[in-house]
Amino acid sequence: MKKILFFIPFLVFVALGVVFYQQLGKDTEYMPSALVGKNVPEFKLVNMESDTVVSNGDMPNEPYLLNFWATWCPSCSAEHAYLGELAEQGVNIVGVDYKDEPPAAKKWLAERGNPYSLVLLDEMGRFGVDMGITGAPETFVVSAEGKILYRHQGVVDAEVWENLLKEHMQ
Amino acid sequence: MIGRLLSLMLLTLGVWGGAAIAMEVLEFQTPEDQERYRVLTEELRCPKCQNQNLEDSNAGIAVDLRSQIYAMVNDGKSNQEIIDYMVARYGEFVLYRPVHDSSTAVLWYGPFVLLLVGGLIFILVVFKNKRQSDKDAKL
Repeated sequence: MKKILFFIPFLVFVALGVVFYQQLGKDTEYMPSALVGKNVPEFKLVNMESDTVVSNGDMPNEPYLLNFWATWCPSCSAEHAYLGELAEQGVNIVGVDYKDEPPAAKKWLAERGNPYSLVLLDEMGRFGVDMGITGAPETFVVSAEGKILYRHQGVVDAEVWENLLKEHMQ
Repeated sequence: MIGRLLSLMLLTLGVWGGAAIAMEVLEFQTPEDQERYRVLTEELRCPKCQNQNLEDSNAGIAVDLRSQIYAMVNDGKSNQEIIDYMVARYGEFVLYRPVHDSSTAVLWYGPFVLLLVGGLIFILVVFKNKRQSDKDAKL
């Protein structure tokens, strides 16, 4: 009995060690989205090219990426070329121009190419709040039925696509 | 020198004036609403920042969420409705005071369990030592 008592501090130490070890190397900024498994919230946004109102029913009938971007966002600049590659491979990407100026956004797409099948304007960032985003870029995988399957915060590159996003796009 | 000092003072005044204006923009229908806004922005965490509430943060998203809370308070939404709105979008991460459920049970009750275990061990050891010293005294 007494021997067991002696070992209690050691056991506590081991237990804490295991807990802390599991947390090592984890991205502290990572936050699971509260919306995974739910449908894309109801929205009405303006289509940048046609100036018409777009709502949930107008979204693609296949799995697609919903990418929040803006011209003021340096990381968006970094991922833009790769999004272009994905679009060429046939990935359907819907862009949301988040808290941005439409003229600047149009110029940006004209200069760098447009990887998006559809660009929606969220000038006030209300749709961003509904989607629970904390900044740009953020990319969601959405199913053909409009269900949110995955959320990635930060730049999408080949590694992110292959390891995190691709598996959800069926 | 004096001119420079003066311009510095004016500059500081300007900064203060700006802050005061930013505070004045928010007008509430009742003092209770203002108090609700204060409490909510204090208790909800900025989702972009690891350890700042909405009130303290100047991250873009915190500004947006503050204005959302302001609009909802003025709309007469209850505190619970506003908190539910935030949790539905940003998860329980935004709550500075975690909810009581199975996933946070260890967080809430763990310390009490540890205290209890520690107390039991303490009593046991004291009791044993006492018995030992009683025995020694008899010898």
